[in-house]
Amino acid sequence: MFWQEEIETIDSKNLEKLQLERLQKTVRCVYENVPFYRDKFKDKSLKPDDIKTLQDIRKLPFTTRDDLRLNYPYGLLAVPKNGGVVRLHTSSGTTGKPKAIFFSKNDVNQSAELIARCLVMTGVKSDDILQNMMTYGLFTGALVMHYGAEKVGILVIPAGPGNTERQIALMQDFSSTCLHLTPSYALYLSEVMESKGIMPKRDLSLRRAYLGAEPYSEETRKKLEQMLGIDIYNSYGLSEMNGPGVAFECINKDGMHIWEDNFIVEILDQETGEPVTEGQQGELVLTTLCREGMPFLRYRTKDIAKIIPGKCRCGRTHKRISRILGRVDDMFIVRGVNIFPQQIERVLMSIKGVAQNYQIHLEAYDKMLVKVEIEQDFFDGNIEHLLILKSKITEKLKSEILITPKVELLEPSTLPMSEGKTQRVIDRRTL
Amino acid sequence: MSGIREISVFAENKPGKIEKITGVLANEGINILAISIASTNGFGIIKFIVDKMELAYQKLKEKGFTVSLNEVLAIEMKDMPGQIHEIARVLLRNEINMENAYVFIEESRKQAYFIVQVKDIERAKRLLEKENLKLYDEVKEEK
Ligand SMILES: [Zn+2]
Repeated sequence: MFWQEEIETIDSKNLEKLQLERLQKTVRCVYENVPFYRDKFKDKSLKPDDIKTLQDIRKLPFTTRDDLRLNYPYGLLAVPKNGGVVRLHTSSGTTGKPKAIFFSKNDVNQSAELIARCLVMTGVKSDDILQNMMTYGLFTGALVMHYGAEKVGILVIPAGPGNTERQIALMQDFSSTCLHLTPSYALYLSEVMESKGIMPKRDLSLRRAYLGAEPYSEETRKKLEQMLGIDIYNSYGLSEMNGPGVAFECINKDGMHIWEDNFIVEILDQETGEPVTEGQQGELVLTTLCREGMPFLRYRTKDIAKIIPGKCRCGRTHKRISRILGRVDDMFIVRGVNIFPQQIERVLMSIKGVAQNYQIHLEAYDKMLVKVEIEQDFFDGNIEHLLILKSKITEKLKSEILITPKVELLEPSTLPMSEGKTQRVIDRRTL
Repeated sequence: MSGIREISVFAENKPGKIEKITGVLANEGINILAISIASTNGFGIIKFIVDKMELAYQKLKEKGFTVSLNEVLAIEMKDMPGQIHEIARVLLRNEINMENAYVFIEESRKQAYFIVQVKDIERAKRLLEKENLKLYDEVKEEK
């Protein structure tokens, strides 16, 4: 099933032609309307007409998060703020000012079109009911999904996150079939269901869930699919690129199709800014092709991913990116080794007896402590079994990250489990 | 069944855990007959034998403790010196490895038992049948 079959299955020749046209238009637009970009072009002695092929994208300047902060709030608008834009979203950072993202009327519509493609791609039909458990408000996650689902024409329950008992009641009362939520909230939800004796397969009508806004591992997906008895699809988006719907999994669950008629994808070495060899991982860098309000050239997402080579069985021609393998900012260094929390999670979730929640504590400059919750059913009163589990975790982590961490076993549900984003890395090191 | 059950509770090495557990039991009017604490670098297991095993297990579970209820060997002890040594000798001869052990005194206070956690309890019971050791007779359980 397709939402826009023609564009979703476009051949590469036509796609490239379309991308070049749109890129040239975007470049002209920012050069003429955004002083920030005009200055950058001047620095590089670059003119819009210098962009003659898609490869010329490498001549274009990057846009970074700091650029968004420095030009906050209106600096990067390409249209008049009065009459040109109809919606504001912000994305908060850990430091300094938030990032402001404006949508024109067409941007609102276009982001909804992309979501519609995504939902239909996972098999959504008119009898589906979406319970949207992302935060409504300044965050793009919920509203963009909401508009997209309405475009498809299905019922949307704007539940927002939190109040888990009410969420379950909504699922029961209105037979929700699809959920949209963060991975950490999905874990929390499944724990609450388990403790209340609710068996999703028996008691609810759930078919699928869309997980996004936080990186998480394949093992966690499998665990959640089993616990909730549903199909889980990965969704990738970021406020700077209009929120969810940038890339999304089809029913094959083998990478996320990134809508190349709307974005040009580059995977670059995070340090040199040069393209990596096809199939290698690197920083995802995106250029918007259809955005009016705030077009961005070569936006450094700080998300680490790779392109999945080959054609997808679903027939869509748009490239697939891997799940987000890490965030440039989440990466931490212990004894000179670069480590992503996702590496730790992958290892932990592959070990029997380990529950879903964990925390990484960085203490002295070279000491790493991993706190791991054990599974309730794993505990049989035998201290030997716990010691074996502990050394298994230590060994497996060591072979993944080449450092021997200290492992601490905890009771289930002792680590803070949030209904929003969960802090996985606690860095107490002082320089 | 010639065995007895013990309750094990997982405990991080955090102060106050035993106080919390015993508080739950005291609230329910459950009498602790034996207690053993095993701890390693980082975590520990607290084991109990109480007068109302099922109730204690349910209540601890309800309160969110990580609990397990397991059968252990309960070997009758005679009131004379060298008893534990004698039992240990028999176990060794039968290649039964003691994973954890402590002493439990029956509610009537008449009889003491040596509580031993072993890997394969059925095998241990079979082997001990041939020995001059008496095992606890029946799990006396409240309704
Ligand atoms: Zn596909």
